[in-house]
Amino acid sequence: MARGRRRELLLSRLYAFACGASRFEADVSQVGGPGFSRVAFANEPDSIEASNLNYGSNYVSTTKYNAATFFPKALFEQFRRVANMFFLFVGCLSFTSLAPYSAVSAIFPLIVVIGATMAKEAVEDWRRYQQDIEVNNRKVKLHQGGGTFKFTEWRNLRVGDIVKVEKDSFFPADLVLLSSSYDDGICYVETMNLDGETNLKLKQALEVTTGLQSDSSYQDFKAIIKCEDPNASLYTYVGTMEYEDRQYPLSPQQLLLRDSKLRNTDFIYGVVVFTGRDTKVMQNATDPPSKRSKIERLMDRLIYLLMSSLVSIAFIGSVVFGVKTNDDLQDGKMKRWYLRPDDSPIYFDPTRAAVAAILHFLTAMMLYSYFVPISLYVSIEIVKVLQTVFINQDIQMYHEESDKPAHARTSNLNEELGQVDTILSDKTGTLTCNSMEFIKCSIAGTSYGHGFTEVERAMARRKGSPLVETEGSREHHENAKPAIKGFNFDDARIMYGNWIKEPHADVIRMFFRLLAICHTAIPEVDEEKGNVSYEAESPDEAAFVIAARELGFEFYQRTQTSISIRELDPISSKHVEKSYKLLNVIEFNSSRKRMSVIVQDDKGKLLLLSKGADSVMFERLANNGREFEDKTKVQMLEYADAGLRTLVLAYRELDEDQYKSFNQMFMDAKNSVSADREERMEEAADSIERNFILLGATAVEDKLQNGVPECIDKLAQAGIKLWVLTGDKMETAINIGFACSLLRPGMKQIIISLEGPDIIQLEKGGNKEVIAKASKASVIDQINEGNKLVSSSTSESFALIIDGKSLAYALKDDIKNLFLQLAVGCASVICCRSSPKQKALVTKLVKEGTGKVTLAIGDGANDVGMLQESDIGIGISGAEGMQAVMASDIAISQFRFLERLLLVHGHWCYRRISTMICYFFYKNLTFGVTIFLYEAYTTFSGQPAYNDWYLSLYNVFFSSLPVIALGVFDQDVSARFCLKFPMLYQEGVQNVLFSWRRILGWMFAGVCNGISIFFLCSAALQHQAFRRGGEVVSFDVLGGTMYTCVVWVVNCHMALSITYFTVIQHVFIWGSIALWYIFLLVYGALPPSFTTNAYQVFVEVLAPAPSYWITTLFVVAATLVPYFSYSSIQMRFFPMYHNMVQWIRYDGQADDPEYCQIVRQRSVRPTTVGVSARVDAKVSQSQSSSATRVHHAVHSS
Amino acid sequence: MNNSAAGTSSGSGDVSAPRRNSNRPKYSRFTQQELPACKPILTPRWVISVFTLIGVIFIPIGIAALRASTNVVEIVKRYDADCIPGNNTKAYKVAYIQDKNIDKTCNITLRVPKDMDPPIYVYYQLDNFYQNHRRYVKSRNDAQLKDRGKANDTSGCDPEDASNGSPIVPCGLIAWSLFNDTYNFSIGNQNLTVNKRGISWKSDRDHKFGNDVFPRNFQNGTLIGGASLDENTPLSQQEDLIVWMRTAALPTFRKSYGKIEQNLRENDTITVTIKNNYNTYSFSGKKKLVLSTSSWLGGKNDFIGITYLTIGGLCFFLAIAFTGVYLVKPRKLGDPSYLSWNRNPSGR
Repeated sequence: MARGRRRELLLSRLYAFACGASRFEADVSQVGGPGFSRVAFANEPDSIEASNLNYGSNYVSTTKYNAATFFPKALFEQFRRVANMFFLFVGCLSFTSLAPYSAVSAIFPLIVVIGATMAKEAVEDWRRYQQDIEVNNRKVKLHQGGGTFKFTEWRNLRVGDIVKVEKDSFFPADLVLLSSSYDDGICYVETMNLDGETNLKLKQALEVTTGLQSDSSYQDFKAIIKCEDPNASLYTYVGTMEYEDRQYPLSPQQLLLRDSKLRNTDFIYGVVVFTGRDTKVMQNATDPPSKRSKIERLMDRLIYLLMSSLVSIAFIGSVVFGVKTNDDLQDGKMKRWYLRPDDSPIYFDPTRAAVAAILHFLTAMMLYSYFVPISLYVSIEIVKVLQTVFINQDIQMYHEESDKPAHARTSNLNEELGQVDTILSDKTGTLTCNSMEFIKCSIAGTSYGHGFTEVERAMARRKGSPLVETEGSREHHENAKPAIKGFNFDDARIMYGNWIKEPHADVIRMFFRLLAICHTAIPEVDEEKGNVSYEAESPDEAAFVIAARELGFEFYQRTQTSISIRELDPISSKHVEKSYKLLNVIEFNSSRKRMSVIVQDDKGKLLLLSKGADSVMFERLANNGREFEDKTKVQMLEYADAGLRTLVLAYRELDEDQYKSFNQMFMDAKNSVSADREERMEEAADSIERNFILLGATAVEDKLQNGVPECIDKLAQAGIKLWVLTGDKMETAINIGFACSLLRPGMKQIIISLEGPDIIQLEKGGNKEVIAKASKASVIDQINEGNKLVSSSTSESFALIIDGKSLAYALKDDIKNLFLQLAVGCASVICCRSSPKQKALVTKLVKEGTGKVTLAIGDGANDVGMLQESDIGIGISGAEGMQAVMASDIAISQFRFLERLLLVHGHWCYRRISTMICYFFYKNLTFGVTIFLYEAYTTFSGQPAYNDWYLSLYNVFFSSLPVIALGVFDQDVSARFCLKFPMLYQEGVQNVLFSWRRILGWMFAGVCNGISIFFLCSAALQHQAFRRGGEVVSFDVLGGTMYTCVVWVVNCHMALSITYFTVIQHVFIWGSIALWYIFLLVYGALPPSFTTNAYQVFVEVLAPAPSYWITTLFVVAATLVPYFSYSSIQMRFFPMYHNMVQWIRYDGQADDPEYCQIVRQRSVRPTTVGVSARVDAKVSQSQSSSATRVHHAVHSS
Repeated sequence: MNNSAAGTSSGSGDVSAPRRNSNRPKYSRFTQQELPACKPILTPRWVISVFTLIGVIFIPIGIAALRASTNVVEIVKRYDADCIPGNNTKAYKVAYIQDKNIDKTCNITLRVPKDMDPPIYVYYQLDNFYQNHRRYVKSRNDAQLKDRGKANDTSGCDPEDASNGSPIVPCGLIAWSLFNDTYNFSIGNQNLTVNKRGISWKSDRDHKFGNDVFPRNFQNGTLIGGASLDENTPLSQQEDLIVWMRTAALPTFRKSYGKIEQNLRENDTITVTIKNNYNTYSFSGKKKLVLSTSSWLGGKNDFIGITYLTIGGLCFFLAIAFTGVYLVKPRKLGDPSYLSWNRNPSGR
């Protein structure tokens, strides 16, 4: 029934602005020319002409590799890394006789490392492939010929196919709309995936094809569509359709884009014009730039540093070697005759000592390659993948309602999460959940509604006021009754028909009638239960209609010309049906900021009902309509402070003449085709939307997501700045700013906009250059003024609010630094009406201007640019749109999870990775230095101190597992304390754990340890016998002992430097040491042809010798005592912030209350943004007022 | 040290919602990173006890090691200079040692400073001899040493791989430069027997040098390096060679020469007849003859004992110092200013 009614609706008439005559005639003359060559033979994809064109299939692939390209491409990727290239080079060299060790032992670790990384790539790509399969196998109804439509997979679609898309499904390709379930061929499209806008867009088919509303009408349908070539512009489309021998121009109005969704329309028919890669959305999808974290970039520099130190020591070695070699043979006399310098290969030839030295340089490079940790990259990759597993598995970042856990799509940026300085956030869908709830209203100067907004709750919780408890019980109560989406209103005074007892009952009735009538929603009646639900363009609108329904004014039917509502008559408590004749709808748009309908009630009275923003509505009130103006204004302020969106409701009665003259004017305007059509319509509307009588105001909560204010508060305490970049209008943005405590009363708002009267005046003139010049000047002025304000005051906090138009100028090269300076000086920054491009530009500006880490968070396709531009892009995966998620690095389902993601995971990951890298350098330097020093004792001949396999397995087995454990599991403080002391996060922002000082400190420790190990070992195991049996130390003994010491030292150093031991740490650290002994046993048991000098070295030589064991003991102790002392002193007397928190935990917070207090006070530093700041500000306000009264007492304390 | 037990209540409570929550991460202490962990921090008690413990362990070991070392009796006699008549230039010495026609026998006397109980180990010590030079270390072929069938396998032995067209066994520079000084000991007129068996590692004899591999074509080239080998003794019994081929780690090294299994009394005078054949003069190396007893720690080296005592003492000192510091100067309380980010609070 409902459907039948709806099919008769000609909605195009409802939408005066959006529909009707197309606003401009597309320039179709280009069609067929260069750049406009695409031809689609509708319904004939198999025809010869069509197959000649050979357009791509609708298969979409997002994988990086395929089976054939995987190896070359992935290998290429791997060897783009300097370190890997270096090791490949070394590996190749090791096959020459330059090599100090066997080639296999050099190549083996490289193969392990590269293999592991490539396996990871393969797995990741496989996952992408699986996703592709899912998308490509979605089903759509395709015309099979003869008027029958059958389901087929998306990937099978070809250009020219006719498809039938049903309600709430995605368009499989770019389609030209032919007809829809509505008679006038319109359909609603949700483009959230593309541009993030949640309101529905109207598309309309060409009039000639609107009649083709049934499957059978496509039996013989034929048309030729000629249009532009594939391009990335979402909002343009030029083409023509040749149908029944006539040409019709096509515009974006007829184009349905892939990945947008059909809404409120039962079905549509369309012709596929762009498939797969050619679709606009795919053309837009650029490969996300692979991002690298700051730490990783710094790490590269460190690798270079190590390599240059490697080169320099290799150089020193070569010089010494050259000199010594040259000495060996002088005037035919051999010095070290046992080396046969007289008969030498080039590598040791004294007569060509210079060449020998150069070749030796290569040998030395190979030998000292242990300075550069080969397994560093692969270890980091492994660690990061495991870290992402933890992020993905975190149950506290799982969102029950949407059934979505956090999902880290890349593992490159984990540690970057711990260094975020500025967050750039989208608003709709990110801070808010994009659902509106009718929560309060002010009618006839009385405020109704007891609901609390998220902001009020957050503030209450922060203050610890009793509101929380009543809140809790209330919420409980609320859960008992079925919650109604969009409605959170609770006030017994006007609910359940009680409004009749209120003093201004007639005003209340008018108020709700207005809500029930003045909108463009369409009712959807559930036949069985009789429930009515609504489909509205925007969630606000839905909230109003629902509110009206819940209060007894149920809108249940819309026809072309009438609106029917069912009123609960409070006296008879019966439903009375009322019908209003709908005469005109004057839609909402951003310049009008109001919406009106003109209706005629059953008694023939003409009513103009209007709702709009306070800025436009109050000035339009009639003198006799201002009865409640003052009270309403006060209440609206309160609402705004609670973070609510307000609209003013007013009406006026019209007499016939007034209406007739208006209608004449309006219709003339509407039917005109001149350029100023809209202007004329606005003028007409403006003329009648006057002399209103004020009814009241509504307050709708643009519902913040759960926990957003607290999250922002925590982030603010952690010292992270939050900028909001939104496409919304300024008022909304400011409202939300208040709602999430980014703004608060008492903050100085610096508003930069181009809405000044002079600019508007100029804009009417229309000279673009003049406008641009004046605008720019105005923006510069405003920014300078702001800068002056900010720099003159130190006590006040500022908020910068800038609109999109001004932003366009502020982002110009010559001004942007000024703008940045101002923005950085302000506590919060809100950019409204910003385009996706501007969002990306702002992100870029912050990223490059401040050099700090920026994080962008958003949910819509309009945020994609921003997400890709920022250092870290976070996509909100709660909504259905996948664009942002696909472009993001990490997807979470709720904004509030950001708190845990950054403060806990980010902090941990940052700490883990930076400690891990430092440790890597440390352990390799320790090892490398022993090799180098030993070298010095072999006159730099290139003989390694250790057996080949000891060398190559050092990084793979004996020292890397504990680092991986550190990288995956280490925690300085538990999650609870991370959240309790948000200031801890600053360790990452200030980069204290990966500063040069710290890195060099670790490196210094490595060098010292290496020196200490070498000299202690060689002094303990001199030339004397080392066993009771009189056996003397040989090469294998010294090497074995030194290696044992190195393994012990680096692993124990690790044990000393971490403070978090799970079983895993124990197993890995002590296991690595044990593994070394096991390796010695096993390796020593292999045949001597393979093991050479390591044959049975442990069983026969080392283990029975007490001196081996006691040497190990004292070398390890002597090497580690300095570090141990250092960290004891540091921990006790110069604790870093996390050390302090550790002390607090250790002391159980009771031992040392004073200390605890200080740390905690410090952790809650004065913030200017967030709930805490808001409460503080309120407290200080009230204090200062009370202080004036009792200032003596205060002063003395 | 408290084990964190947080989080048991956080997740397990609401597991009872399996309906559609297919993506819900499964709760486990592992994935939630809440594994029970020991979180030690360096509290005064810990620091002081660790230092004390190290002191307590190290000082006795140090004393024991030092005693072991002092109980070892060691006689070291450098003879390279003495065994060449006159005080001559290096060139003369080199010429002298290279002259095959000179009888290079040389007698030196050693005085036993203390009673020495058998076994008394005889070593020769070379200085400034780079047995660890890469060219030298690699100049051998293990396969050839082990397997009689691989006599022709002389890869890596260049230039001592072949002479007169046939391969050298054992090949390579190490074998070629085999030490060839010999010592004969006597007290008074009585000869001291030197047992030259069992001075090499068993694994070397059994697994690295074949008992059916005989020296061949050895020291037949134009340049004679060092000792020649008995062509009728298999390599596995040529212990001097085996010892020599276990290359030393550092340029100063000792190698076993043999064992004297006889008591030496204090003030005994030992006469050593040295055949001073080995050329260390061209590279200014020293040659020393060493007689030494051994302890559980091996030979004489005070370093280990002294280091143990030093570390032990230092740790005791540190323990006391830390105790003092902790007592005198309690933990520094909040002077927050040194945290760098507190100096410039960003954003006002």
